[in-house]
Amino acid sequence: MDLQMKILNLIERDARLDAATIATMLGEDEAIVAALIKKMEDEKIILGYNTVINWDKMGDQSVTAMIEVKMQPEREVGFNRIAERICRFPEVKSVKLMSGTYDLSVIVTGKTMKDISWFVSHKLSTLDQIQSTVTLFILKTYKQEHFMFNDNDDDKRLVVSP
Amino acid sequence: MSDMSRYLSTTVKTIPPSGIRKFFDLVSQTEGVISLGVGEPDFVTPWHIREACWYSLEKGYTMYTSNSGLIELREEVAAYEKRKVGAEYDPAREILITVGVSEAVDIALRAMIEPGDEVLIPDPSYVSYAPGTCLAFGKAVPVPTYDADQYRMRADVLESCITPKSKILILTFPSNPTGAIMEKADLEAIAEVVKKHDLFVISDEIYSELTYNGKHCSIASLPGMRDRTLLLNGFSKAYAMTGWRIGYACGHPDIIAAMTKIHQYTIMCAPIMAQKAALEALRHGEEEMLKMVDNYNYRRRLLLKGFQEIGLECFEPQGAFYCFPSIKSTPFNSEDFCEKLLKEELVAVVPGNAFGNSGEGFIRCCYAASVKDLEEAIIRMGNFLNRHR
Repeated sequence: MDLQMKILNLIERDARLDAATIATMLGEDEAIVAALIKKMEDEKIILGYNTVINWDKMGDQSVTAMIEVKMQPEREVGFNRIAERICRFPEVKSVKLMSGTYDLSVIVTGKTMKDISWFVSHKLSTLDQIQSTVTLFILKTYKQEHFMFNDNDDDKRLVVSP
Repeated sequence: MSDMSRYLSTTVKTIPPSGIRKFFDLVSQTEGVISLGVGEPDFVTPWHIREACWYSLEKGYTMYTSNSGLIELREEVAAYEKRKVGAEYDPAREILITVGVSEAVDIALRAMIEPGDEVLIPDPSYVSYAPGTCLAFGKAVPVPTYDADQYRMRADVLESCITPKSKILILTFPSNPTGAIMEKADLEAIAEVVKKHDLFVISDEIYSELTYNGKHCSIASLPGMRDRTLLLNGFSKAYAMTGWRIGYACGHPDIIAAMTKIHQYTIMCAPIMAQKAALEALRHGEEEMLKMVDNYNYRRRLLLKGFQEIGLECFEPQGAFYCFPSIKSTPFNSEDFCEKLLKEELVAVVPGNAFGNSGEGFIRCCYAASVKDLEEAIIRMGNFLNRHR
């Protein structure tokens, strides 16, 4: 596995590892690791660093929905122009082109269900190429980005063993 | 001693209690400890292996297996050892599935030792070989290994420990507690001594997958050594399956048959659910296992660098998941060091002398811990050293 892949595999799970620690873990030079991370940031291989948060524990009442979108692709650009346009709405968290019975999977958050229905009826469905939408509200998150939300992953080993 | 001691055998009474037990009690009574004192992976058994066990229970696999273990598991073990070690074993006659390598060590010693026979055991090494020898009425003879040799066993030191009563040499590389390995050239020198003195080797290779600068070499793969060696391995360390208690022995059919005799009357067979899980591990577990090995290696480097930075001298261990630094720059012996470190800084490490006299002046630190804990442990150990040096 090349060094870039090794670095990415490490920071995919823990974005807070700094270049010095990564370099030690991989037995590489710190300057080389720092330069590679910078290069991958510049090339937008690394787009940013998020935090995985269990908002429910903060008493957060906002709602998230996954919208299945069927649409008419356009000559020369296919789905791209409209997909990129949908991306620009700040309430949209992710947009993906899917295989199967619909085309785009759009994840949207809002303060209330009304916010989301307003987004779908006023902004999304009104785009010419959109043929139909199905809105699915997310009820509970169990796992996200490899993290289990309600898992007791305490160390269960004996504190000392031979 | 209570009245009941008159019912106990002299042999059992002469075995000293484990040095680790005392330390375990001490650590257990302390809150907020970062433990580098553990002797097992920090991973849980990969899900697909747990799931395969579950499925086998659903299908009703809850019965005895043959004494030797499931034939399909023995076939997979044979294929695995052929691929990894380069030694070929007949699944029908030369492989026995045991309850962990611990059982294999026990029944091998009982199958082979006559009262008074001497068993050569690396010092320091895992805690069970000397008591196992004693319970089989043999005499444990420590073969010292040294920091200066990176804790590899030296042929000349081995030869100096041999007497006319020497019968068995136990090899335990990669090593718990030192993280030492033996390379092919080291083993060739040992093999010459073994052949010259007509010894038999029990090679416990439970950490064989956990090597970091090159592949593991087994003494069983050297010319003329296959039939002189009982190769022991298992699933605990590589596949994070310590609690399943599943291991195996490979060797000459006469030795395996003798061991099977004891196994069938004492254990009957290894639990079928653990055997089914082990089968899944060998058939589909390599990718996950290699990821875990990479992960140990990352943390090995982290701990070693940390020790360098706080001035704790440590040779580079190339196997298992332990570092074995020297504490001779401090005024303490191993036990005092560990007790004070625990009380003052809430870090648990294991005194080296718990693994034999040659471990005095050293501590065992296990890096199967989170990066966060390792980093914090290094800071605390640094503070401790600054105060006491």
